[in-house]
Amino acid sequence: MEDTIAAISTALGVGAISIIRVSGTKAIEIVNSIFSKDISNVSSHTIHYGFIVEKNEKVDEVLVSVMRGPKTFTVEDVVEINAHGGINTTNKILELLLVHGCRLAEPGEFTKRAFLNGRIDLTEAEGVMDLINSETDVARKMALNQVNGKVSSMISMLRDNLAGIISNIEVNIDYPEYDDIKVMTLADISLQIGKIEENINKILKESQSGEILKNGIKTAIVGKPNVGKSSLLNRLIGEEKAIVTSIKGTTRDSVEATFNFDNIVLNLVDTAGIRDTSDLVESIGVSKSLKLIEEADLILFVLNYNEVLSEEDYVILDKLQNKNYITIINKIDLDKKIDDSKLQNVVYVSALEDKNIEDIKLKIKKLFNLDKIKTDDLTYLTSARSKAILIKVLDSVKAVKDGLIKDMPIDMIEIDLKNIWNLLGEIIGESYDEELLDELFSRFCVGK
Amino acid sequence: MYEIIVVGGGHAGCEASLAGARMGHKTLLITGNIDNIADMPCNPSIGGSAKGIVVREIDALGGEMGRCADKSLLQIKMLNRAKGPAVRSLRAQADKITYPKNMLKTLRSTSNLDIKEALVKDILVKDGKITGVLLEDGTVIDSSIVILTTGTYLNADIMIGSTRHREGPHGERPSNYLSDNLAKKGFKIRRLKTGTPPRILRSSIDFSKTKPEYGDNERLTFSFENNIYYDVNKQEPCFLTYTTKKTHEIINKNLSKSSMYGGLDDIKGVGPRYCPSIEDKVVRFNDKERHQLFLEPESLFYDDIYLQGFSTSMPTDVQEEMVHSLPGLENAKILKYAYAIEYDAIDSRDLKFSLESKLIENLYTAGQINGTSGYEEAAGQGLVAGINASLKLDGKEPLILKRSESYIGVLIDDLITKGIRDPYRLLTSRAEYRLLLRSDNADLRLTDYGYKLGLISDKRYELFLEKKKNIEKCMKEFNDIRITPKENEYLKEIKTEVLTSGISLYELLKRPEIGVQSLTKYLTNSYDNEVLEQISLSAKYDGYIKKAMVEVHKMEKAENTRIPLDFDYDSLHNLASEAKQKLKEVRPDTIGQAMRISGVNPADISILTMYLKG
Repeated sequence: MEDTIAAISTALGVGAISIIRVSGTKAIEIVNSIFSKDISNVSSHTIHYGFIVEKNEKVDEVLVSVMRGPKTFTVEDVVEINAHGGINTTNKILELLLVHGCRLAEPGEFTKRAFLNGRIDLTEAEGVMDLINSETDVARKMALNQVNGKVSSMISMLRDNLAGIISNIEVNIDYPEYDDIKVMTLADISLQIGKIEENINKILKESQSGEILKNGIKTAIVGKPNVGKSSLLNRLIGEEKAIVTSIKGTTRDSVEATFNFDNIVLNLVDTAGIRDTSDLVESIGVSKSLKLIEEADLILFVLNYNEVLSEEDYVILDKLQNKNYITIINKIDLDKKIDDSKLQNVVYVSALEDKNIEDIKLKIKKLFNLDKIKTDDLTYLTSARSKAILIKVLDSVKAVKDGLIKDMPIDMIEIDLKNIWNLLGEIIGESYDEELLDELFSRFCVGK
Repeated sequence: MYEIIVVGGGHAGCEASLAGARMGHKTLLITGNIDNIADMPCNPSIGGSAKGIVVREIDALGGEMGRCADKSLLQIKMLNRAKGPAVRSLRAQADKITYPKNMLKTLRSTSNLDIKEALVKDILVKDGKITGVLLEDGTVIDSSIVILTTGTYLNADIMIGSTRHREGPHGERPSNYLSDNLAKKGFKIRRLKTGTPPRILRSSIDFSKTKPEYGDNERLTFSFENNIYYDVNKQEPCFLTYTTKKTHEIINKNLSKSSMYGGLDDIKGVGPRYCPSIEDKVVRFNDKERHQLFLEPESLFYDDIYLQGFSTSMPTDVQEEMVHSLPGLENAKILKYAYAIEYDAIDSRDLKFSLESKLIENLYTAGQINGTSGYEEAAGQGLVAGINASLKLDGKEPLILKRSESYIGVLIDDLITKGIRDPYRLLTSRAEYRLLLRSDNADLRLTDYGYKLGLISDKRYELFLEKKKNIEKCMKEFNDIRITPKENEYLKEIKTEVLTSGISLYELLKRPEIGVQSLTKYLTNSYDNEVLEQISLSAKYDGYIKKAMVEVHKMEKAENTRIPLDFDYDSLHNLASEAKQKLKEVRPDTIGQAMRISGVNPADISILTMYLKG
């Protein structure tokens, strides 16, 4: 039998309430042993007020939800403890649970159980995984959307249209003697495949933005010493906030800090010196800058309004040509000495006087298409797997179009259409193989 | 004492007994009525989409159906000519008198093969292994192997309107005991049904109100032996007519009298989705103003016309009214009324890929008893059952045809892996690799098997090897010969773009507008059309064929990953319960087969694969 797992399922810290979730055959029994009331025989899906107690001492005032399987997220018995927050109390309750026989859940283990127990499909499972890993509000909304099946219904729609075409072609092949059935033509297909391509491209484009929202943009700030990189950074982040959260040791090797503004995450690459204003930090050489540019998805190239462009600046500019970058000309409070006639993607700011800093943020959003995303209507695909499949779909779309151009027989073109239909089914986890036949016989009147 | 007994003389039984006898085993074919051997109780037609390819496959393996059909043609055509080569398929009208006579002649002239008229009451089993059969008159005949090819005769009931008779097609005696005896031995019995339309007297039809449909003007054969027995210019036409508003009114008014719509309240059989009765069509597609019907001649030797598309289980008086509402049939005389037939079948998932039963050793089943429908589907299975029975007697591995090499393989895998919901008919859409399973290459796919089994003669095999050699030789010529701008005049003439530099003849053939015949003048040797066709197909559909091969290759690993027969699916508690149940029912041999079971999802497969590795 699987063991019973427990974990804190809300973000630790400031929140008013934190939830500790317990799942498994002994969930109710274990919580019962640390709760002030007997919940061993209460009805399913009920909430109980009481205290978490340790050796007759109250640890916290809590609400306990008891949900018996299989109608729970994991299909197992689930108990959720709503505690009144505070990192210490919440941790204390979790510790108590572990002492009484729970095992600390691995990240995403509840979802894994839900998936393995058949409660959710792969798309949903991936969605929930994203939910768990998401760092910002928008990313969290996106994750919720996927669970709700918005992506699924969009793909279902495309797939249904295709099924109509495919079954029509099939019936033309298998019942050629019926001349009262519409004959699918290449023109019909051409029209439909155009629509499919357009939709898939849209999903993909939005999903790209979605990934940026979720995972953040790998950002490097480069420029000569004394152009004001660190003061600029402080302005960007806003002085009231803690500067950066160090996340050393994560998988994102070279990312050293992450911060967000307007729900966009910037992952800073190599902040070694930006944080300190000491000479050491400001003296990053050209070669180091070039290396940073290589790694980053976004480069903020900082120049001094009050200085002429040096040879090193030109080297860096050259390197930036194929990257997403913004040229930030700082210190506009001083006299202009820079020749900016050939510079592109320019924002003029004064970090000292806090002038035009918002323009940088706008520019970043524009650069990554984030300005077009409505945060309350998200239909993005967020998982790498689904995206990979959609790219395969586009390959098949191309094959269909090639076939159309070469005037291939319709049954050849149908091979790729069927492939698209199957791939879309893979994303939403539909694989009922008689589906097309059902479609055929329900739509067309054939037979002896 | 026989080595093989085949029970039932339909299309499955004929192929099974011929294969058994030709492979050197003493074989007995038991049938209820010798006159009905290889009978065509339904439409007078052989082949059709996908089915025509099955007939070619049967021929390539050394079966009889293709040759016999070639000798019995009323007309023949290649379907889907305007579409791609993968979906082209032969369809023939076959003479219902000539075909059975030709088949009987072949059976009678085959050594090692006896034919006996009798009804089988039970199969005899000792220690889970076949020992023979028991006839209804009490006679016991010993045999090492029994092949059941009983068609629709197991507990058959003919239904017309509100009447039900225990009777097989043609008023034959059905087999009343065998099905129950199989149930007692642990077979899961299920009830299926099918129907057949009325037969009309030819001289009572006014054909001027219908549209004739002819065969192709080209000489065509099912068999790769290419023997022509018919006169291309003297083919019998079929005729097209339609239902009318009045027909639909009559049907709607009398719906409750149809056996299937309330006339009988004890219908248990599941009918085929692809063969709806005319009642079904009118009810389900009520917005359709008319339905197509074909008048098909049954034979040159009698006057029955088969009314394709008009199968019904209405009472006879309503049938009269319905038929007379059709254009050209106002004064038609019905020779035989339409009927529905209910019969027993076994669960095909209890079979091995060899078509041997998982329940009883040395028992094989083929055809409608396995839940299929159609002469061709039956014949294909009969052939495989006969071959595998022989191989088993010889202590050899069975012949298991892959989905990627034949429609017969698709058919058998579907039966065993998915089971059936309604009587199973082959459709091109059931074959995922249909581009590889073409009518034109059935010989290239399967003749080697037929020869190794001893079912293809040395002479025919030599011709086959020569064809293969010629294909290679011709391909080499196409690749080696270069066409330069010097030929631009001719290229203009055949309406294709002129050249600016030299290309191979093969590259030139890739152009969609160029037919292979227009390039033969550049070849050193002359080749048969069959050979040229292979080069042309490979040039024009190269990309698609390669892609299909990649797919086959991808599945190969899954097809070769074996699952132990006694694998404990219950121990995988994270397997979805539906998948668990389905896997336990089917007990797939390989991961590839497991992937095709409906209700088993990709997630289940990854879990299963995980455990098989671990």
